[in-house]
Amino acid sequence: MNILLGYEARFLAGLLISAGVAIVALAIALTLGLLGATAKTSSAKIPRHLAQAYTAIVRGIPEILFILLVYFDLQRLLNVIAEWVGIDRLIISPFWAGAIAIGIFYGAYMTETFRGALLAVARGQYEAAASLGLSRRVAFWKITFPQMLRHALPGIRNNWQVLLKATALISVIGLSDDMMAVAAQGKSKTGEPFLFYVAAAVGYLFLTAISGAVFNRIEKYARRGLT
Amino acid sequence: MKPDESNMTVFNWVVGVIISFYQSSGARNMKKLVVAAVVALLSLPVQAADLRIGVEGAYPPFSAVDETGKLIGFDIEIANALCAEMKVECELIQQDWDGIIPALLAKKYDAIIASMSDTEERRAQVSFTNHYYKDGATFVHKKGSGVRIDYSTLEGKKVGVQRSTVTDTFLSAEFKGADIKRYDTLENAHLDLQQGRLDLVLADQFVQQDWVAKKTDFEITGDTYTNAKYFGDISIAVRKEDNALREKLNTAIKAIRGNGKYKEINDSYFSFDIYGK
Repeated sequence: MNILLGYEARFLAGLLISAGVAIVALAIALTLGLLGATAKTSSAKIPRHLAQAYTAIVRGIPEILFILLVYFDLQRLLNVIAEWVGIDRLIISPFWAGAIAIGIFYGAYMTETFRGALLAVARGQYEAAASLGLSRRVAFWKITFPQMLRHALPGIRNNWQVLLKATALISVIGLSDDMMAVAAQGKSKTGEPFLFYVAAAVGYLFLTAISGAVFNRIEKYARRGLT
Repeated sequence: MKPDESNMTVFNWVVGVIISFYQSSGARNMKKLVVAAVVALLSLPVQAADLRIGVEGAYPPFSAVDETGKLIGFDIEIANALCAEMKVECELIQQDWDGIIPALLAKKYDAIIASMSDTEERRAQVSFTNHYYKDGATFVHKKGSGVRIDYSTLEGKKVGVQRSTVTDTFLSAEFKGADIKRYDTLENAHLDLQQGRLDLVLADQFVQQDWVAKKTDFEITGDTYTNAKYFGDISIAVRKEDNALREKLNTAIKAIRGNGKYKEINDSYFSFDIYGK
């Protein structure tokens, strides 16, 4: 098998690394989204304004710019911290910088998705939970969250697909093992841009197809008992 | 794991394991492959080595990445030779040209060995060691294209160049009529020349010689430009405050020039000494 002119193994490893960046980023984005949405729908002023600022700022910046900002300026921040604590240095690798940047970026979109989903849960549900004497935590995880999830999943799925494709941008910050970086190296070494870009396109299609199947299962699970 | 052990090495190792699994026994070991990938992902974000060096990896024959993901080229071998000379453990970090100085300033690494010209403009941000080679620039074009290089006849010709380089500065200042197309890497400029989107590419003479040796439809044309206002010393960049490192690198450059190591590397790439005077 030599369809990628010797780059097959690295390309496959690159596919896993791109998927890895996306999964770490998704975990960060979901966490931030849930926190952000809770803050945005809360009656407390300070968290609400903070979440408002977060989504307004992040959603107003192109993602490539945001990734560069995180990679270079997060490093400066770490340098200051390292100096302050008195250790030699803390280096953030391109993998983690990329995952964190994409995670924070899509966390803002997840915030909006979750916020919409929270608002879609009927007010009577909260009142019923309160009247049963459930604590706020129990009410959230047992009553609000499962119902909210049904409304949120289509949006999460959409965000995930965009997030997954955003991993193509992280080779700009020097991750040299992800699928796009390997494709770029293959392209420049062999002078076959078409072959390698099509391979990367197929790689991303493969990842979106798999995740589509996974989301179908999750959506089915979340709707259990409804139809 | 020792705290000073580089985590990136671990990461590369794991990727290496993935590749060897894949190559040795195909899909049967898919499970192991997945496990190895998970381990790779969980490796810590923090890493450190004695000395970290930024390289470009997209500028053959000075800096490139081979099929196995290994960095190769003149710059890479010089970097390794200098580290061996200074008796320090080095880690080479690949960085796109556009971000190569910002990443140095952000302490992603401590030195840049990437065929960088020592210029007045860059000296505002970084300081340079003594040179480790000297260069000039030449044009390449398609054989028989009839493009003549003359300060007056470049009018309207599409000329490719790598952006933020001394050749870019030179071309922009000296060939005013040219239609300059700027690229993130020189490889992309060469690719566009092959596709016929450019009439000429201007770049470092050694890189051009290496390229036309591989692409026999193309040839070098016109003079070699060595105008001292633009071209000359190719040096190692360090942060301004790292004078001790700069001195150490200078001593090491001198040492590998003296003990034949430089000549050995030079001769495996070029038929003449590129060090200059």
